[in-house]
Amino acid sequence: MIRPEALLHPRPAGLYCAPGDFYIDPVRPVDRAVITHGHADHARAGHGAVLATRETLAIMASRYGKNFAGNAEALRYGEVSRRDGVEVSLAPAGHVLGSAQVVVRWKGLTIVVSGDYKRRRDPTCQPFEPIACDVFVTEATFGLPVFRHPSDAGEIERLLKSVGQFPDRTHVVGVYSLGKAQRVIGLLREAGWDRAIPVHGALEGLNALYAEFGVELGNLARVDPNSRFGHAGEIVLAPPSAISTPWAKRFADPVDAFASGWMRVRARARQRGVELPLVISDHADWDELTGTLAELRPGEVWITHGREEALAHWCSLQGLSARALEVVGYDEEGE
Amino acid sequence: MRAFAHLLDRLSLTASRNAKLTLVRDFLRNTPDPDRGWALAALCGELTFKAAKPAAIRATIEARMDATLFAWSYDYVGDLAETVALAWPGRPGANRPPDLSEVVDALAAAKRAEVPVLIEAWLDALDADGRWALLKLVTGGLRVGLSARLARQSLADLGGVSVSDIEELWHGMTPPYGDLFAWLEGRGERPAADRPGRFRPVMLAQAIDELTDFPKLNPADYAAEWKWDGIRVQAVSERGQRRLYTRTGDEISVAFPDVAAALEFEGVIDGELLVMRNGAVGSFGDLQQRLNRKTADAKLMASHPAGIRAYDLLLAGAIDVRHLPFRQRRARLEAFVAGISGERIDLSPLQPFADWDQLGALRISPPGGDASHAEGLMLKRWDSPYLAGRPKGPWFKWKRDPHLIDAVLMYAQRGHGKRSGVYSDFTFGVWRDEAAGVGRALTPVGKAYFGFTDEELKLLDAFVRENTIEKFGPVRSVRADGEVGLVLEVAFEGLQRSSRHKSGLAMRFPRISRIRWDKPARDADELATLERLLAQSAGGTVNR
Ligand SMILES: [Zn+2]
Ligand SMILES: [Zn+2]
Repeated sequence: MIRPEALLHPRPAGLYCAPGDFYIDPVRPVDRAVITHGHADHARAGHGAVLATRETLAIMASRYGKNFAGNAEALRYGEVSRRDGVEVSLAPAGHVLGSAQVVVRWKGLTIVVSGDYKRRRDPTCQPFEPIACDVFVTEATFGLPVFRHPSDAGEIERLLKSVGQFPDRTHVVGVYSLGKAQRVIGLLREAGWDRAIPVHGALEGLNALYAEFGVELGNLARVDPNSRFGHAGEIVLAPPSAISTPWAKRFADPVDAFASGWMRVRARARQRGVELPLVISDHADWDELTGTLAELRPGEVWITHGREEALAHWCSLQGLSARALEVVGYDEEGE
Repeated sequence: MRAFAHLLDRLSLTASRNAKLTLVRDFLRNTPDPDRGWALAALCGELTFKAAKPAAIRATIEARMDATLFAWSYDYVGDLAETVALAWPGRPGANRPPDLSEVVDALAAAKRAEVPVLIEAWLDALDADGRWALLKLVTGGLRVGLSARLARQSLADLGGVSVSDIEELWHGMTPPYGDLFAWLEGRGERPAADRPGRFRPVMLAQAIDELTDFPKLNPADYAAEWKWDGIRVQAVSERGQRRLYTRTGDEISVAFPDVAAALEFEGVIDGELLVMRNGAVGSFGDLQQRLNRKTADAKLMASHPAGIRAYDLLLAGAIDVRHLPFRQRRARLEAFVAGISGERIDLSPLQPFADWDQLGALRISPPGGDASHAEGLMLKRWDSPYLAGRPKGPWFKWKRDPHLIDAVLMYAQRGHGKRSGVYSDFTFGVWRDEAAGVGRALTPVGKAYFGFTDEELKLLDAFVRENTIEKFGPVRSVRADGEVGLVLEVAFEGLQRSSRHKSGLAMRFPRISRIRWDKPARDADELATLERLLAQSAGGTVNR
C-alpha cells in the first residue's frame, strides 16, 4: 500500500496533495486550492483556482469581492472531481453553511480532511456525514476533556430566562458573523422567540446570504443608531469585538453575553467580562472528537490545529496511531 | 440543586448589586422549602459541612479517567472543583439529581468515611453546573461575592419588608428558615423577635454637607461628640445572653471574649469597639490586629485589650428606650455606664459648643490624647428617637478632610471582572533620598483602585500601555522619573508604621482624588512629608 504522505503532506502553505497538485485550506495564496468552509482562516483570498461548495464560494465572494480567486469551481456534496488521477469529493461537515469534509481518493487510498466540524444538529446547515477512510484529518479546537458542550437548546433557555428576569436590560449576545449568528437566531426561533432581533451592521451581509440559500431567520431589525439606553427587553446580536465597547453603551444596562465553546470555562468568561456565557459551539467537543474517531477507526489520525497533544494522547490510549501535523495559520481561539 | 447551581453560576459572573438582588430574590421566590433556606444559609456562610478534602476528590476522578488528560485539563482550567465538574466521566444509569436538602441531610447523617462515596454518586447524577456547585459547597469554596447584608436585602425584597426587620429577626433564625419564609409570604405569623440576646438594627448618620446643611441647622438642637475610629458595635446582655454584633448584625463575640465577658449589665448599648489601654484609646491599626483574627489568643488580648466607648442606650434592664429622645437616652446612658463595674466600658464624652464655627475649630485641631484618634465629629439631634437605618436629619457625621499628597504612578495591574482588560489597580510612590549624592528615587507608598471616573480610567489605562517599561504577569511597571511620569493626587485617611512595606508605612483608604496631568513628576511629594505627618502623632499612627 502507498504511504499516505505520498498523497497528502503538510507544507508551510498548508496540506498539499502532490499527485493532484492542490492545497486544502492553504493559509497563503497558491495556484490551486480546495476550501472546506468560509471562515477567514480557512478560506483566504488570492488563489489561482478554488474548488468548494456553492455556499462556500458565495461566502468568499461576499467577504472578499467577486474576484477573490482567478477561477472558482463549485462542487456539490457527493459529486466527484478528478485532478490528475486523484478523485476529490466533498461531504457535509456540519460546521457552518456549505462546510465540507474533503475526501481525497488515489490508488485505493482514502484520506478525509474534515476541516472544522461538529456532530450535533444545526438548523442552518447539513449534518456531518461519516466517511470510512484510511486517514482521518481532524481539528482539535476543543481537544480537552473539560470541553463538553451542553445542549444548545438548554443554553438558549438560559438566555430567555435571563431576559425574563431582567426585562429592563438589553441582552447583547456576541456571535461570530458566519455560522454562529445564524445558528443562534435559528435556535431562538425554535425556542419561540418570534420578536424582531436587532443585529449589528457587521452581521447583516451573511444573514442575507443565509436567507438567499433558504435558511429561515425570521424578522431581523437594524440596531437603532441614535438610541440611548434603548432596546430594553430585547436580544441584540453583535460580533464579539463589539461587546463592552462604546457601541454597546447605547443599550439599556446591557447584559453582556457571548455564545462560544470557550465559555465552558469560567475564567474565560471572567476574562472577557461576560456576565452571561452561552456555551454554544460550531466545533466538535471532546466527546464528539473522540466519538467520531471511535466510530470511524481510521488507520491513522492526523491532527491539524487546536489541543493536538491531548487528542493524540487519547488516540494512543485507544491504540489509534495519531500525529500532529503542526499546520500553522489556523485560528485556534476564534469561535 | 439545579436551580441553586444556576444561581451560583450567575452570581459568580455578576458584578452589579441590583442584578445580584434580582437573581437571589427570584431564586427564593421560585424554589420550594427547604431547598431555598439551605441555599440561603450556604450563601451566607452559615452552613458547615463535613468538608471533603480536595485531594480525595482528585483521587476519585483519577480512578475514573486518565491521569495525564486530567492533569492537562486541570492545568488549563486552573480550579480543581471546576476541572472535576467539567471533565467528570459520568456513568450511564445514574440516579436522579439530588435536591440540595438531600445533600445537606445526607452529609449531616453520614460518617466521615462515607462522604466520598456519597459525593461520587452525586457527581454521576448531576450535570456540569450541578457538579460545580456541589464541589464548591462540599470543599468550602463557595465564594460568589454575596454579602450577608445583600442576602438579607433580597429576603426583605421578597417579603416587601425593610432590611432592618430582617436583621432584627435574623439571629433568632436557623436554616432552613421555614417560619421566616412563611411570614414573608403572608402564610404565617411574624417569627418571635423577642429572643434574648438578639440584634437590634442600628441607627446610622448622614455625611454632612457643610454648604447646604449648616445654614439650615440650629446649633442648640444638636449634641456633638467625637467620631471614634474603631468599629461600631452593639453590646447585648440580656437574660444571660451576652453578644457583640457589628452594625450589620454579624456576631463577633468569639473574636472578643474579653469584651463579651465584661458586659456586666442587663441591656443593650451602642458604641465603638476600640483597643483601650488604661482608659486611653488605641489606633485603628491596633484594633485591626484583633479584627484580623477569627478568635483571640491570650497574648494578643493582653497586648491589645479591647473595650467599648458607649454612646447610646437601646435597652435598659428590660425597658426598650429607643422611642425616647436622645437627650433622655443620653442621661440614662450616663447613669447606666456609671453602674457598670470594670474598665472595659466607658462613656463617649459630649463636646460642648456655642456655634458651628467653634465646633469646626475643634474638629480641625482636636486636643491631644484620645481625640487625636477620632475621625471627626458626630452631631445628634437632642430630640431624635433611635431609628433603624439612615434617616436624613437627626444624625450627621462631620469627618475631618482627608490628607492629600502628590504621588507618582509606578505600577499598574489589570483589574478583575469588568475591569479585567483594563489597568485599574495603581501603585504609586513618593521621592526618597538615596545614599548621599546618588539623588532621589521613588519608593512605593500605597495602592489605589478607585476614585476615578470611567473616562479617567480609560486615560490612565492608555497612559500605562504607552509608558510600560516591563511586564510581570498582570502587572506593568510604568516609566516614572523626573522627566516622564504621571502625578496622582492621592487622598487617604491615615498613616501607620508597617514593616511589610518598603517605605515603612501604610496608608488607610487611599484613593485617587485627582489626576495631575499638569504636574511634573519631579515636583511630587517626598517621603519626608509623610514621615513628618507620622511623627506629629504619638504612637506611630496618624488618623483622620
Ligand atoms: Zn471554522
Ligand atoms: Zn478552524
